Amino acid sequence: MSANDIPTREVARRVFAQEFNDAGYTFKESDDERAPVYVLLPTGERANRIFLVGTLTEKEDVGEDNEYWRGRIVDPTGTFFVYAGQYQPEAASTLRDLDAPAYVAVVGKPRTYETDDGTINVSVRPESITEVDAATRDRWVTETAEQTLDRIDAFDDDGNEYARMAREHYDLDTDEYKRVAIAALESLEQADELNA
Amino acid sequence: MTDLRSHAVEIAEQFSDHLDVSADEVEERLESLVSEYRVPVDEARRSVVNSYLDEAGIERDELGGGGAGGNEQTLLNDIDEDEQWVDVRAKVVELWEPRSEAIAQVGLLGDESGRMKFVSFTTSELPELEEGVSYALGNVVTDEYQGNFSVKLNRTTSIAELDEEIEVGDDSTTVEGALVDMQSGSGLIKRCPKEDCTRVLQNGRCSEHGNVEGEFDLRIKAVVDDGTEVHEVIFNREMTEAQTGIELDEAKQMAMDALDTTIVEEEMRGDLVGFYYRVTGPTLGRYVLANEVERLSEPADAEELLIKARSM
Repeated sequence: MSANDIPTREVARRVFAQEFNDAGYTFKESDDERAPVYVLLPTGERANRIFLVGTLTEKEDVGEDNEYWRGRIVDPTGTFFVYAGQYQPEAASTLRDLDAPAYVAVVGKPRTYETDDGTINVSVRPESITEVDAATRDRWVTETAEQTLDRIDAFDDDGNEYARMAREHYDLDTDEYKRVAIAALESLEQADELNA
Repeated sequence: MTDLRSHAVEIAEQFSDHLDVSADEVEERLESLVSEYRVPVDEARRSVVNSYLDEAGIERDELGGGGAGGNEQTLLNDIDEDEQWVDVRAKVVELWEPRSEAIAQVGLLGDESGRMKFVSFTTSELPELEEGVSYALGNVVTDEYQGNFSVKLNRTTSIAELDEEIEVGDDSTTVEGALVDMQSGSGLIKRCPKEDCTRVLQNGRCSEHGNVEGEFDLRIKAVVDDGTEVHEVIFNREMTEAQTGIELDEAKQMAMDALDTTIVEEEMRGDLVGFYYRVTGPTLGRYVLANEVERLSEPADAEELLIKARSM
């Protein structure tokens, strides 16, 4: 809470699907019941909200009694799973109306759940889903690569609290995220050459 | 010429209309204060000028700034000292109603560096400045009140209208990022019709004037997020229409057909949320008031980043 008592809005982190799906560790920073829950990104950052742009490849109503839409949204590194039900009426109706494939932008909250075999699945509970264009998707890929690389760059900095947490809770190598970020950028360059 | 000598020449020139003083005489007095009494040069100058003002029986305002073109041409934003004689080239951005008879004109001047309050006094008997016109103003005096600077025109101020128009810069900021949300109170809204109020009505009520018949308007309160910082921006009606393609009349029709004003906001969400924007404008509290809005439809350049990444 800031000094003037207006709760500050949580920033929307940029993270590729591969890293996001590895971010199974969640935590709070205060004991307050309403305190925001963060997932810990393996490159050393906390995320209470993310912004992603990708290709909606499939959608399915997986609800039993009520509508519960699941969308698969693909970026150059993997797949985001997005779930929208009755408590996200706008996002749910957008998913219902959209025809895959389509470029979509999603603002949403990270959610984790543990399956019966003990693996932790990470998904997105959308605040909004909107249809966008290819240019916006490409801009997101560049921006996300840049911010991922910035996090990796700062990973060994003294006093990088979230990097310290990441070392403690994950057994993951940041080089892998660097590799996929570079591959994502290269995929844009190749697309450029094909179009040229 | 030594430092003292140049001060002395300037002072002698300033008083040439009022007193018979030579530069030598002034220099001697300055010299005495600076060398014998260890007074800093600025203070010595001030004290010498004051004594001549007394002698001549005139006010500081009536004193010239050291001859024509003797002052430095200054940008408004560079003014950071009290009681300096400067020349400025500026446009009259706004004229306000003077609150006292002693004040002939008061308002805002602007140049490329920013804006600053100016005052001209009735006793100075200067020609009136016109709003929107650019002038070269010679011999104005800076003034400071509680850390805020202004300029005062005076009897010796020269006013020349400029042919060119001075471009006025504002304290605007530019934010760039994804538009991730629209806050409530966006879309088709109603404003209080009372003069100078324009508050947005909540359920038909103005917080100042109670229940009123509101006037429709369009605006968007958007959240622009760059991944590290969150900015709140406001699109006025013009910006809203330009970015959404929905004009006020059309928005009213949509709301009437749906018997619901929120449909306009929903429609606009679909047009804006998820896209990247660059927004420029002055800040008001926590909001950036959008004067320029650009949707970033060109993909960002990945090549440079790629070169950097490969060398990491």
